[in-house]
Amino acid sequence: MTEPLTPPKRKNPLKKTRLPLLPSGIRSRTAQMLTLVAAEGRFALPTCLDCGAVHYPPRDACPKCLSARIFAQEAPAGGRVAAETIIRTSTDPYFRERMPWRIGTVVLDAGPSIIAHLQGDVATGSRARMEWKLDKSGQAVAFALPEKETPNMADDPQLREMTLDPKFRRVLVTDARTAVGQEMVKALAAQGAAIVFAGLAEPWKPAPVRDALAAIKGVEIVPIDITDTDSVNELAGEIGAKVDILINTAEHIRPGGLMERKGVGVAREELEAGYLGLVRLAQAFGPTMRFRGADGTNSACAWVNVLSVFAQVNWPQFGAHSASQAAMLSAAQSLRAEFRAGGVRVINVFTGPLETEWYQAVPPPKVAPSQVAAATIDALKRGLEDVYVGDIAQDVRSRLAVNPKAIEREL
Amino acid sequence: MVAIHSAKRLGYEGVAVTAPVTVPYRRFSINSAHWWIGRALRGLVAASGLRPADIDGLSVSSFTLAPDTTIGLTQHYGLSPRWLDHIPMGGASGVMALRKAARAVQAGDCDIAACVAGDTNHVDSFRRTLSTFSRFAQDAVYPYGSGGPNANFALIMSNYLRKTGATREDTAKLAVAQRENAMRFPHALMKKPLTAEAYLEARAIADPIHLFDCVMPCAGAEAFLVLREDIARDLKLPFVRVLGSIERHNAFADDAIQERGGWERDLDELYGMAGVKRGAVDFIQTYDDYPVISMMQLEELGLCENGGIVEFVRGNTFTTDGTCPHNTSGGQLSVGQAGCAGGYLGLVEAIRQLTGQALGGQVKDARTGLVSGFGMITYDRGLASCAALLGKA
Repeated sequence: MTEPLTPPKRKNPLKKTRLPLLPSGIRSRTAQMLTLVAAEGRFALPTCLDCGAVHYPPRDACPKCLSARIFAQEAPAGGRVAAETIIRTSTDPYFRERMPWRIGTVVLDAGPSIIAHLQGDVATGSRARMEWKLDKSGQAVAFALPEKETPNMADDPQLREMTLDPKFRRVLVTDARTAVGQEMVKALAAQGAAIVFAGLAEPWKPAPVRDALAAIKGVEIVPIDITDTDSVNELAGEIGAKVDILINTAEHIRPGGLMERKGVGVAREELEAGYLGLVRLAQAFGPTMRFRGADGTNSACAWVNVLSVFAQVNWPQFGAHSASQAAMLSAAQSLRAEFRAGGVRVINVFTGPLETEWYQAVPPPKVAPSQVAAATIDALKRGLEDVYVGDIAQDVRSRLAVNPKAIEREL
Repeated sequence: MVAIHSAKRLGYEGVAVTAPVTVPYRRFSINSAHWWIGRALRGLVAASGLRPADIDGLSVSSFTLAPDTTIGLTQHYGLSPRWLDHIPMGGASGVMALRKAARAVQAGDCDIAACVAGDTNHVDSFRRTLSTFSRFAQDAVYPYGSGGPNANFALIMSNYLRKTGATREDTAKLAVAQRENAMRFPHALMKKPLTAEAYLEARAIADPIHLFDCVMPCAGAEAFLVLREDIARDLKLPFVRVLGSIERHNAFADDAIQERGGWERDLDELYGMAGVKRGAVDFIQTYDDYPVISMMQLEELGLCENGGIVEFVRGNTFTTDGTCPHNTSGGQLSVGQAGCAGGYLGLVEAIRQLTGQALGGQVKDARTGLVSGFGMITYDRGLASCAALLGKA
């Protein structure tokens, strides 16, 4: 049984903050096929398309027929733990300060044996359910979990290294005035976050939203206008060292492409609230979060961007907005690289059109704001990196993988 | 489909193995692998009375030679060989080098092959070697706790103990006997006696591997010469003959976890080629990266009946004067593991034992010795297995 996590004590300001270290992130390019599936929370294994043989570790030729046509295919995630060990000595600085560390050999139902991290309730002889997780280096690792949920399972220290569980963590939702922002605040408070900082521009203005959010236990209203550099810096000065998870829910959605609009006013507003807002947040909150990547139970761990799936391929009906989202997606990739040294995960939550006023004229299926919040919580608890919320987002993702030209013509 | 039959293998007639050389080990060294290998070559020249220019074949095993391979060493040492080999195969290096050099000499591709293994050990070498050992290790082992081979072998050992019923008392027996052998071997880094209690109570490294299950990484070099028998006689060098040899890699790919190394696939050939009855040897040098792997070898190489290993270990003694002399110089567990030289240690010791030149305890009337090589755990199992039967000339 897993010991339940205890709430972290108040930090002693005189004590040195433990610097974030990373496990080895060196992987062959071929092995990165598993990073892709880990990022989306799928379980897949290298599989030969010619003879069907499943193998592991990833290879460049099939060990049964030497074919080079090998892809990560969904595979049964079950297995049996054949052996385990508790590593007590390591040459690697990251693991040295996390000893002892349990690993095991899991004989997969799919065939191969796999060396995996073990959740505390999994032991020799027991059945396990495998997941690909991203570790602090951002690379995929095999994790053996109990077949069925066990008490406090997520509190296992090895597992919590791979996940971004909001439990006992302090979260900033940058714009709680949006429908998605409000749902996000509620969902995080329900998940046991220590504090949810709900960002509102001009919070002194009376607003029913403010009162409703302030009434939720653990929620603190904080002033932030992400189109205003001073405002962002000021809030970071106040709470920057206490933000373990940052969720950017700011949005500025307007229909239309490039030619019908007169001037660049709207486009500029989209960039101010979108791309430049992200830049302001990154400069104000990023360095401290990266520095606090190994700061105990409530270490800084995740940065979440809520993006339109049309960041990946332009939707001309919202063409200019798609372009600003694409800028944010590119910035998110930069952020991912910049955060890597701190082990802080950047999650992109891609949504289809939302059930909100700016998508009023768009026919269903649309995504309810509560769905976006639920998907974000799920991503944090499982430690995902790319999330597609709703049927449209899933559809766009699948079509892009098959033929990006086709979807470009069809949208 | 064409049915392929293996040809009958030729013997090693006319080939002599001689000049066992050890460059005394050091825990850490500020010198390069090139320095250590150079010392070993000099040792071969001194032991044989040859000139460096007489060496026309060179085989080198090393993990720390980068960015060089054997070819760069020819210019480095001023040699001009006509046969060259590079065998960075860890625990299999010795037997593999022997087999290839023997064939080269027998076929006339060279007259005198110098076989050398050497590695340095800088303060941070070991961690670097571990983190970049193989692609599979990088992709699928090192990120899992970075326990190195200790963690790999812990998984193999825990499974082995459960399946065979062997206990840590059994592995202790081998480790203690080796230390006793090492007490008489001048080059052993471990100078203090080891008791079974100390073995059992040592701190855990990666359960069930404890401190005295592990070798100590160090710097050092080992070497020997393979040449034509007539040249050995002219030089008046005491030599041994190769009676038989086998090698097999990735032998049991479908075993879910390693319980056997690979020797059993070719064992009849090994003894058949040598005309030696299965297990009828005067001593055995196993590749002892961990005592449990020595147990695996003792059984698979036919020293006992299949399934009889626990009884065998409990019923025999393993010192040089024991009923089954084993790792008579102390093995890597007591001498130290100088990288690829660890794969030469048993072979060089076997040459000494069979030519009456033991530096430590001499096995009485030793006429036939078995040397085993094992290693290269690139993912979850040692891939290489090999063995040679050597006979007193």
